[in-house]
Amino acid sequence: MNPSDSPVLVLGARSDIAREITKILAGRGHPVMLAARNAENLSADVSDIAVRHGVAVTGHEFDVLDIGSHARFLEDLPSSPAIIVCAIGLLGDQEADAGDATATRRIVDTNYLAPCLFLEIAAARMSLTGTKASIVAISSVAGDRGRAKNYVYGSAKAGFTAYLSGLRQKYAASQLHIMTVKPGFVRTSMTEGMDLPGPLTCDADVFAAKVVKAMDRGSLVYCDLRWRVVMGIITHLPEKIFMRLKF
Amino acid sequence: MTLRDMDDPAVPSRDGMIARGLGRSYGDVSMNPSLTLVGTGRNRILSFDEKTGQLTAQGGLSMAEILEVFVPRGWFPPVTPGTKFVTLAGLVAVDAHGKNHHIHGSFGDCVSWFDLQCADHVVRRCSRTENTSLFNATLGGCGLTGNILTVSLALLAVPSAFIVQRTLPAPDLDAAIEIFETHQQATYSVAWIDCLATGAARGRSLVLLGEHAGAADLSGTNAGNPFYFQKRKAKRMPFDAPSWALNRYTIRAFNHLYYRAGSTGPEQRIVDYDTYFYPLDAIHDWNRLYGRQGFAQYQCAFPLAASRDGLIALLDEISAAGLGSFLAVLKRFGPGAHERPLSFPIEGYTLALDFALSPGALTLMTALDEIVCRYGGRLYLAKDSRMTQATFEAGYPDGLATFRALRDTSGAAGTFQSLMSKRLSL
Ligand SMILES: Cc1cc2nc3c(=O)[nH]c(=O)nc-3n(C[C@H](O)[C@H](O)[C@H](O)COP(=O)(O)OP(=O)(O)OC[C@H]3O[C@@H](n4cnc5c(N)ncnc54)[C@H](O)[C@@H]3O)c2cc1C
Ligand SMILES: NC(=O)c1ccc[n+]([C@@H]2O[C@H](COP(=O)([O-])OP(=O)(O)OC[C@H]3O[C@@H](n4cnc5c(N)ncnc54)[C@H](OP(=O)(O)O)[C@@H]3O)[C@@H](O)[C@H]2O)c1
Repeated sequence: MNPSDSPVLVLGARSDIAREITKILAGRGHPVMLAARNAENLSADVSDIAVRHGVAVTGHEFDVLDIGSHARFLEDLPSSPAIIVCAIGLLGDQEADAGDATATRRIVDTNYLAPCLFLEIAAARMSLTGTKASIVAISSVAGDRGRAKNYVYGSAKAGFTAYLSGLRQKYAASQLHIMTVKPGFVRTSMTEGMDLPGPLTCDADVFAAKVVKAMDRGSLVYCDLRWRVVMGIITHLPEKIFMRLKF
Repeated sequence: MTLRDMDDPAVPSRDGMIARGLGRSYGDVSMNPSLTLVGTGRNRILSFDEKTGQLTAQGGLSMAEILEVFVPRGWFPPVTPGTKFVTLAGLVAVDAHGKNHHIHGSFGDCVSWFDLQCADHVVRRCSRTENTSLFNATLGGCGLTGNILTVSLALLAVPSAFIVQRTLPAPDLDAAIEIFETHQQATYSVAWIDCLATGAARGRSLVLLGEHAGAADLSGTNAGNPFYFQKRKAKRMPFDAPSWALNRYTIRAFNHLYYRAGSTGPEQRIVDYDTYFYPLDAIHDWNRLYGRQGFAQYQCAFPLAASRDGLIALLDEISAAGLGSFLAVLKRFGPGAHERPLSFPIEGYTLALDFALSPGALTLMTALDEIVCRYGGRLYLAKDSRMTQATFEAGYPDGLATFRALRDTSGAAGTFQSLMSKRLSL
């Protein structure tokens, strides 16, 4: 487990999953830095966590797509993060986006390119401190196999998952722990209005508790057991059969 | 039913929209099939002053969260209903009352101000000095004046998480009233009443008085750690009880045993706040006790002078029908807030009942309505789903015109509508 005074940086702090993870970590006493776009309306989240948990909380403007600002952003933080939670993601609209270069690029950049570049810088710094540090990065089971329903997003997440795996290997000998999180379905603003299968769907708070537990254990890839079974089957289906499935 | 998050910009249709909190109102107050705005995602705490206990939070913050965060620091909600799964905005919208109404008044009395998003999209700060008529109309206004975004209230400093509870048996209604009247100084008071007892035992009750326990009242580990107690895991009611399980005989037997246990047990006990204030929250889905048909709540209030006669007439009607209620609750209200047009409490007595739904229960409730009107009483909007417009208008004669006029002039009438507002032409 990370010492409870180690600072946490949350990227995409407004994400429902991120909020729940933040609650748990702040409850343990970690100071928290919340980063998101339009940071001015993060003030409610800042006060909420500060009052509930009595920890230091700050809000920071951060657009992951502004790649040039990454290094500066890290330098300007009030303290260097020992835990980074990255919950940034963009699902997009498959039907409208496929074939549209600008839209596709935006999804690829948001889910893959930009977070990878950011974590590359952050990992290098965190590994240098020589103390225990963690990166918890949220990818998706959608990256395990491309589906007609969301392959723009899915392929970007596939890239992200692969990148994290490489990064983990690179820092295997250091004190930096990198965990890839692969959610299945979680009830959040991203999935609002979708018809999700009950037994395979969980609430953000329940999911967050599992993620933090996995982080404490030092898991390298966290995916819920049921989803491991489902994806185990899906990824092993022969392409000939898979292409005919409608889901 | 179309549900939307309250933060989503919503354009209501001709049928308007209504806000909803945790849906603990029993009837149709927080429902609009064409657009219902769910406010529970807005649950951030915006500020808290450790010295004065002033809490400012978004309207979707629940009582359960307030208790969890602030009781360990020595603060308690000044007014709380019988369930903690309610939101601040929901409590404002029904101007809820607690077991201390005779001393502290209703929820509105501990609210310093709230921000209300009106029909013209403007957010207005409402308090006793700013936008006063909106402030008053919104307290008890059932979401029909606008969306409550932020609420600021002062919490109460308490010495522990425990309550010293005294149980005083009252062999009949007069004795129960007598106990309430002589214990006006008690911080909390409420009675469980046996609606099926007849003859000399008519209206027999167990009056429960409560005070916040001080360090001196606590013993053992609690004395050293006055804000901590082992939270119980809520039990579930795993199935719908069969419809024959609750009938006049089983309820009568239960009531008899309950009364005997209460009148022969120890007079004074120390209980944690969950046990004292939220007994029903300990069983999730407790409503399934009433079987698949569900149940209806019925809560009325009588003016003080007419209370005794009104209550006797109600009890006679109920026991004659043989449709008892497990959870009948009697309480003495203090002075009501006349400046709030739809706020329910008026000085006198209130009786809350629930009936397993059946055609017989509906007929009985219509008969009860007549009695309530005859004795100048009124029904609680938060618990109603069936009264007629005439019953409603008879119960709220003074405030209604003011409320309707405010809705018309502010444009709220066309924007904020619920199944209830349509049923009662609010
Ligand atoms: C077991 C139990 C015990 C109870 N005991 C008591 C009691 O002792 N005393 C008492 O007074 N009540 C009691 N109640 C009733 C309860 O306090 C009220 O129904 C309360 O309003 C429920 O709050 P809610 O958040 O669930 O609101 P909902 O039931 O969802 O809504 C209630 C009203 O609030 C409005 N509303 C909700 N959110 C907003 C918003 N953001 N802006 C504007 N309007 C809004 C709705 O439109 C609706 O009119 C009890 C209920 C239960 C289930
Ligand atoms: N919910 C699921 O079922 C599910 C399943 C698999 C994977 N995931 C992944 O889980 C993570 C969290 O998602 P969620 O479900 O909680 O959904 P969410 O609420 O939509 O979270 C996505 C977050 O990404 C942020 N973001 C998007 N573009 C950004 C940018 N350019 N710069 C900075 N932040 C940006 C958004 O910030 P704004 O608030 O500024 O928009 C938002 O907070 C995502 O990575 C998602 O892909 C979710």
